[in-house]
Amino acid sequence: MAMHTSFLTHAKGRYLWIAVLVAILSSLAFIFDEPTEPPNGGTPLGYTLGTIGAIMILWLAYLGRRKRNFVKGWGTTVGWVSAHVYLGCALLVIATLHTGFQFGWNIHTLAYVLMVCVILSGIFGVVAYRTYPGARNELKKTKSLDDIFLQVEEVDAQLLRMASDAPEDIRNILNSAIERTVVGGGFLDQVRARDNSVVELNGRVESNKQQQRALDYLLGRARELQGDQLKLLHDIIRIFNTRKRLLSIIRDDIRMHAVTSVWLLFHIPITFALIASLIAHVFAVFVYW
Amino acid sequence: MGESYKIVVIGAGPGGLSAAARAAESNVSHVLLESSPKIANTIQSYQKGKHVMAEPGILPLRSPIEFEAGTREAILEAWHKGILDQSVNIQYSAEVSAITGEKGDFSITLSNGETIQGEHIILGIGMQGNPRQLGVPGENAPFVQYQLDDPDEYKDETIVVVGAGDAAIENAVALAKHNKVYIVNRRDEFARAKEGNLNLILANIDSGDVECFYGTNPSAVEMTEDGETPGIFKLSTPTGEADVPVHRIIARLGAIPPRGLVESFGIEFPNDDPNSIPALSSQYESNIPGIYIIGALGGYPLIKQAMNQGYEVVEYIEERDVRPADHDLIAAKVSKVNPALDVDDILHEMQERIPVFSDVNALQFRELMLESDVHMPKKGEVIFAKNDYTNSFYTIFSGDVDIEINESLTVASGQGNFFGEMSLLSGRRRSATVVAGDDCIVIETPRRTMNKLRASVEAVQRVLDKTFIVRTIQQKFAPNTPLVALEPVAEKTQINQYAPNEVIFSQGDEGDSLHFIRSGSVTVSIDVDGHEVVMSYVPANQSVGEMALLGNTVRSATVRAAVKTETLSIDGESFNTLMDSVDGLRESMQKMADERSRQNVSTQESTEDGDDLLGFLIGQGLGEATDVLLIDENLCVACDFCEQACAATHNGTSRLNRKAGPTYASIHIPTSCRHCEDPSCMKDCPPDAIQRGGVGGEVYIGDNCIGCGNCQQNCPYGVIQMAYRTEASDNFWRWLLFGWGEKPGSKAAAKSDGDTIKRAVKCDMCIDQNGGPACVRACPTGAAARVSPEDFVNLMS
Ligand SMILES: Cc1cc2nc3c(=O)[nH]c(=O)nc-3n(C[C@H](O)[C@H](O)[C@H](O)COP(=O)(O)OP(=O)(O)OC[C@H]3O[C@@H](n4cnc5c(N)ncnc54)[C@H](O)[C@@H]3O)c2cc1C
Ligand code: HEM
Ligand code: SF4
Ligand code: SF4
Repeated sequence: MAMHTSFLTHAKGRYLWIAVLVAILSSLAFIFDEPTEPPNGGTPLGYTLGTIGAIMILWLAYLGRRKRNFVKGWGTTVGWVSAHVYLGCALLVIATLHTGFQFGWNIHTLAYVLMVCVILSGIFGVVAYRTYPGARNELKKTKSLDDIFLQVEEVDAQLLRMASDAPEDIRNILNSAIERTVVGGGFLDQVRARDNSVVELNGRVESNKQQQRALDYLLGRARELQGDQLKLLHDIIRIFNTRKRLLSIIRDDIRMHAVTSVWLLFHIPITFALIASLIAHVFAVFVYW
Repeated sequence: MGESYKIVVIGAGPGGLSAAARAAESNVSHVLLESSPKIANTIQSYQKGKHVMAEPGILPLRSPIEFEAGTREAILEAWHKGILDQSVNIQYSAEVSAITGEKGDFSITLSNGETIQGEHIILGIGMQGNPRQLGVPGENAPFVQYQLDDPDEYKDETIVVVGAGDAAIENAVALAKHNKVYIVNRRDEFARAKEGNLNLILANIDSGDVECFYGTNPSAVEMTEDGETPGIFKLSTPTGEADVPVHRIIARLGAIPPRGLVESFGIEFPNDDPNSIPALSSQYESNIPGIYIIGALGGYPLIKQAMNQGYEVVEYIEERDVRPADHDLIAAKVSKVNPALDVDDILHEMQERIPVFSDVNALQFRELMLESDVHMPKKGEVIFAKNDYTNSFYTIFSGDVDIEINESLTVASGQGNFFGEMSLLSGRRRSATVVAGDDCIVIETPRRTMNKLRASVEAVQRVLDKTFIVRTIQQKFAPNTPLVALEPVAEKTQINQYAPNEVIFSQGDEGDSLHFIRSGSVTVSIDVDGHEVVMSYVPANQSVGEMALLGNTVRSATVRAAVKTETLSIDGESFNTLMDSVDGLRESMQKMADERSRQNVSTQESTEDGDDLLGFLIGQGLGEATDVLLIDENLCVACDFCEQACAATHNGTSRLNRKAGPTYASIHIPTSCRHCEDPSCMKDCPPDAIQRGGVGGEVYIGDNCIGCGNCQQNCPYGVIQMAYRTEASDNFWRWLLFGWGEKPGSKAAAKSDGDTIKRAVKCDMCIDQNGGPACVRACPTGAAARVSPEDFVNLMS
């Protein structure tokens, strides 16, 4: 028995089976139902599925509240998330059957589309949750991000010390490359692992993506120098390369971290829009039908 | 010959100040000798502005000098005023180095060679000891100091810090902000420092903020007449002599514990245990008549206690009859036993009736009763239940109890006997249920008090050990055999102590005994291509080495202590006799051995790819954990809900740091309390605020914490923080809908409740929450789990 159980296998996958059962039962009901009119939200079965679906949406959205119930709160959060993801998928079946496949350019279909968006983003979230943590751990080889930042700081200090004996242009470019290295940035930069680093070369500011520009410059200088200076430059290049590698680990890590939560930026706002359109949909049904 | 006084008080701590003030108030000729240039050196060295507490709150203060909770500065001020008002005769910078003579005619020698005559001596020099000096010419120059109150006081100076411990590092780093700082380390590395401080100093040395002289010894301090700096510090470095012009030298070389000095006065300690306390009479008199010991040195670690004793001891010397200040407190505890009797008579009666306490001196017994509780349970009431996590010790004053070891075995125990020693000694759960019988009166003594007693009274230790051995043999191997029949085996059983990592026996050794682990835990490892691979972990209350007694005489694995461990070793011959006489014992031992080999094989399979997770966990000190938070890095999405949940349920401060801590394979050990079996944090808490108990055996810190920071220093895992106690204030819907207030669980959601002192906080396993630890309950992905070491083996499969 392993000590840790993920939300997917929580309670031996209990909610998976419940969700499958719910989906099969509602499909059977739909298949054997013989309504007087073509299947739609207004038949007795349609009303039933609609009510179940609406309640499920409210319950699914309630996770946002339950997650922050630290003091009291029924069950564990991982149990709630497990139920959320499986029953959330079952909702797709229930709601689709509820529509009776009648779509159009109206408020009702809008609610449905929003719901599908929430569900799809949720599925993306599950994939992200199950892939990125492991990948990040693999990437950093059990070190923490802070450790790697510290390592970069050490490497920087070392480079600067070595630079003090190197020709002035090399000293300048190292100084500038280190000073103007950018990691992180805005959320979008993080998600795209964008590298806004620059370096100042002969008075011009150039992009130093992946530290490549500075590295190229150093490599170019290696063809010109000789003797002790060349040896020093080789050491600098070797260490600069380590720095480049560490920075790319950091950037990848930050990217994966951002992606692990970026989908929530769709999932949650669309949930609000969904609830609003759901209210409008219900209201429209009872007032105008 | 020097001046002569009736009372010589040594040490101007709270105890000594109070004694001298009382002597002055009663016009007794006296002198108060203080080694430092100010009063109360221990209190002077608290951090600036520290709030000093007046625990225990229920104890009244009895002293001519005032003392109530307040800032360090206010208290020192009040004491200073107190000794002026009472015209106390105090001598500063008067360090006592020797005492000779006898009651009525003592001669006290100071380190400057002066002598002073005295009839009685009150020794109140505390436990802090004196700071170790530089030991070079010029060590007393005015710019050499041995402590640092406020690093921000100094700016733009050149300062040399001498030492390689935590204090030296913290000082050097703090001073480096505004000064040019050097650190002098006799060795080539900072081996004594805590991990955090080690990283700190290395980073500072790397960045050039602090310059380090490794492998360097000071050789002299010289004053300069008209140089830029007041002095020059001469150092002998591995590459030759170096002269550093300095404004200031700060030596942080640790303290010399006072015990050696006290022993040189002729005062005896019961044993070598560093925690042991000299034996004292009920009037605080030591083995040398005329020398009295009060305060921390006598085992009373709080200010108010020290002050009360200072007052009382002068009354005793003056032959005035006073009741100790704690009289009413004890009376409230014990008079219910027999309201007609005087308190002292009841205490006397208790010692008479209960043999374990008969060798304890009156003062110690008083102290013990002050911390104990007397219970008068009704017949049939459960005193404690099997598997409870409590660990106090019980003695029976009258009546009897039934000890239910298992369904079929219940033994009765009566007046004068004791129970509860198993959990006391092993730190593990209760191994039996105890139910009150007729007219039962029992005394419950906390573990800490008993441990102090064990350390100072050998007879108590001996009796407890002896009983522990027979009862263990009975419970574990021969539940239906009467205790007397087990005496011969018990006689031959030995108690062994092992340091962490010490080998108990090695693979390939000739095996001739079985070890029962009474406290601590061990790892079982085998040799795989020259590497020792840990196969399993065996916690206290189980045995190892049984295979050797079942005919297999060569040890098949190496067993090492994972932490400080005590075992009972039963030799093969005795155990074979036991197996012959007890039905089914041989079979059950055989079964256990088979089970163990089976487990070893399966672990071996899962460790073949070279992964040694178990070894890693034990290496991180988890062998002494009872419950630890482990995070599966393959599941953790770094949402930090665990920390938020902890903060939200604990007054706004998260007691766990998810990011910090080591990782091996995918298992991460965040910085969070492991609820150690024998917690180091508990060892030196003046008000005894750290307790262990409850259903999960949590170690938690009570409201009477005085914020001294000892536990923070003592915890080897850095999990205790000092924080203001605040209240969480958040409202989810308000936050969500209107953006008012703070996000639930965020740091800012905590608001101060006006409490102005920082106190120790750490994980309490959500002792007040239903449904278990909030961190685990809040984790959305299942990454956070609480695990006990017994389950570590499961992590590997
Ligand atoms: C950080 C910290 C915080 C604490 N907070 C609190 C609190 O809030 N409330 C509380 O009640 N307790 C607190 N304590 C405990 C309290 O400080 C001690 O219990 C108390 O100081 C003991 O008093 P004492 O008189 O026995 O000895 P000390 O206060 O240690 O005084 C001994 C004195 O003797 C002098 N001396 C030593 N050797 C010699 C010698 N050879 N010759 C002459 N003089 C000598 C020393 O210089 C010193 O001044 C705290 C302890 C620490 C370490
Ligand atoms: C209409 C359907 C759904 C609604 C209204 C909904 C709503 C929500 C809400 C409000 C949250 C809380 C976010 C937060 O506060 O942090 C959440 C979280 C989440 N949802 Fe959904 N959801 C739906 C369907 C799904 C589906 C189908 C899946 C996956 C298959 C899914 C996966 C998740 C996951 C993984 C989380 C994150 C849990 C956490 O980190 O605590 N959701 N959802
Ligand atoms: S605070 Fe430290 S020493 Fe105390 S139980 Fe927790 S981990 Fe152990
Ligand atoms: S709550 Fe769980 S997933 Fe979130 S940070 Fe903590 S351990 Fe990781």
